[in-house]
Amino acid sequence: MTDYIQNNSVTSFKVVRSTPASRIGSIIGLILLIILVSFPNWGDRATIRLFVEIFYILALAQMWNLLAGFGGLVSVGQQAFIGLGGYTLFILTINFGIGAIWAIPLSGLICALISLPIAFLVFRLRGHYFAIGTWVVAEVFLLGFAQIQSLGGGSGKSLPIAIVKSISDSRAGREAAIYWTALFVVVATIAIVYFLLRSRHGLALTAIRDSEEASNSLGVDNFKAKLLVYIFAAFGTATIGALIFLTKLRISPSAAFDINWTTTVIFIVVIGGIGTIEGPILGTIIYFLLREPLSDFGTWYLILLGATAVIVMLKAPQGIWGIITNRFDLRLFPVQRRLKLKTDK
Amino acid sequence: MIEWANTIIQGILTGGLYAMFATGLAIIFGVMRLVNITHGDLIVLAAFIAMVVIETTGFNPFLSLIIVLPIMFIIGYFLQRGILNYTLGDDLLPPLLVTFGLSIVIQNVLLEVFSADSQRLKAGAIETSSIQLTDGLSIGIFPLITLLTAVTMIILLQQLFNRTRLGRAFRATSDDPTTAQLMGINHKHIFGLAMGLALGLVAIAGVLMAVRSNFDPSIGPAKLLYAFEAVIIGGLGSLWGTLIGGIILGVAQNIGAKIDPGWQILAGHIAFLIILVFRPNGLFPRTRDD
Repeated sequence: MTDYIQNNSVTSFKVVRSTPASRIGSIIGLILLIILVSFPNWGDRATIRLFVEIFYILALAQMWNLLAGFGGLVSVGQQAFIGLGGYTLFILTINFGIGAIWAIPLSGLICALISLPIAFLVFRLRGHYFAIGTWVVAEVFLLGFAQIQSLGGGSGKSLPIAIVKSISDSRAGREAAIYWTALFVVVATIAIVYFLLRSRHGLALTAIRDSEEASNSLGVDNFKAKLLVYIFAAFGTATIGALIFLTKLRISPSAAFDINWTTTVIFIVVIGGIGTIEGPILGTIIYFLLREPLSDFGTWYLILLGATAVIVMLKAPQGIWGIITNRFDLRLFPVQRRLKLKTDK
Repeated sequence: MIEWANTIIQGILTGGLYAMFATGLAIIFGVMRLVNITHGDLIVLAAFIAMVVIETTGFNPFLSLIIVLPIMFIIGYFLQRGILNYTLGDDLLPPLLVTFGLSIVIQNVLLEVFSADSQRLKAGAIETSSIQLTDGLSIGIFPLITLLTAVTMIILLQQLFNRTRLGRAFRATSDDPTTAQLMGINHKHIFGLAMGLALGLVAIAGVLMAVRSNFDPSIGPAKLLYAFEAVIIGGLGSLWGTLIGGIILGVAQNIGAKIDPGWQILAGHIAFLIILVFRPNGLFPRTRDD
């Protein structure tokens, strides 16, 4: 670099982040957002429901990606927070009479508090063992909630009709309200992850991911940074969990704390591209595009996804989005800073 | 009183099976520094292979091991050399996510081939026979064989690791693969052999499990968690610690089950978490994982 600067008599430099693609991308994104916001007014009900599912899976994928891809915390137990969020929503609405929509973020906050003692436990396990430790914690919640009779035990509980009606009297009104909430949640998730990564904390996270020792020596508090990511991911995941079980209207331990939530999300993030914001978006699109025609082949679809994830991890660990950025230098959500040099010539 | 003594004895015997699950995992971690999320599914795979062998040859489950064990060894060797060796390095993500992906693949292939039906291997009279110690206190022959197998395996493994050329190569490669290579050790081959050895243990564990309880393609993850908990409770790097870890887990589960059947597995997990709080490095730690 110094040679380059000397030989080309650099007069000035600037640090840039946005790229032409990101500027065009944000315009397209804005148009897409307007279309999506207006969708319940003209779309059909089945598609509205499908979109709600796409939104919450994408939001979950972003949260897991923040945790594993940026925080280096590979958790196989995020279903713990999906289930906790769902159950908290049920308790808040049924036992405390809190409005169903407001109970969604409130559930997230409560679960963020619960995540503190959990972090205290699982952070004792390093690296690989952290992954399985989080899974044990999720199993404890699964088995534990099955023992709580007031929540329906193993067979679960339904949301009373009165609460469902309180969102909106009409079915179409309810579905639109849930649709907009889900859209808000996914857009907010992406926005928060994007701005978090562009901030000081994001830089610290990327530094930790690349080298724990080096970032530590430069004054980054690794433990604190990871803890914050863990708690934030717990908040986000539980909020999404609350939303999921508000759409499902019924919760049971085996559905709430199902490892398949995490499996799906891991495959999406790995295939799309771990450690980028675009990767999970691409992964989610691929997941749903393939799922529709392949849903009749349940087992084979999972075998295909699993095998693809293994091959991607071995041959192209940056995922499909990584292949695209390497070839076309395309960044829709630029989080990294790049040096632009101005020369005399 | 006698009832509680019985509960604890049964728990210790169950612990023998968990120790069998765990020794394979401990070796994989000890030599390759790899946590194998597929471990539980490989135990189930071994059980299904044994089922096929028994159906075609008419062997009893113990005899079936002369076929199942080499098959699992070969699967282990090529799994390591063909896939897992490429995931090793400083980055934690590839080995975790690759073994996680493989776990889902194996589960679903087993589901496709053998269906979700519950299976069990029949070993004849040995399954139910027991030694009567006192009134209300008896030891099942088969659980006793399981525990003794675990003890024997640990003794053999320690001899292998401490007294043979191969064991020395395992330890050297584990300490420092690069230097081991300079000394003429092909670390890829050594890793393959270590995985083969671990899956040999998995074969024995799978057959013992399949005689003792029902199995189906979905139970792998639960077995992985037991194995993992036994390893962490015992402390990394200590095979005898792993046995104690398995026994503590087995006893905790049996006590839980005695209080309420719904608490069986939960009690095991809670015992694990309590030990994690007070002894994060396990009860008998030898190596640190960092």
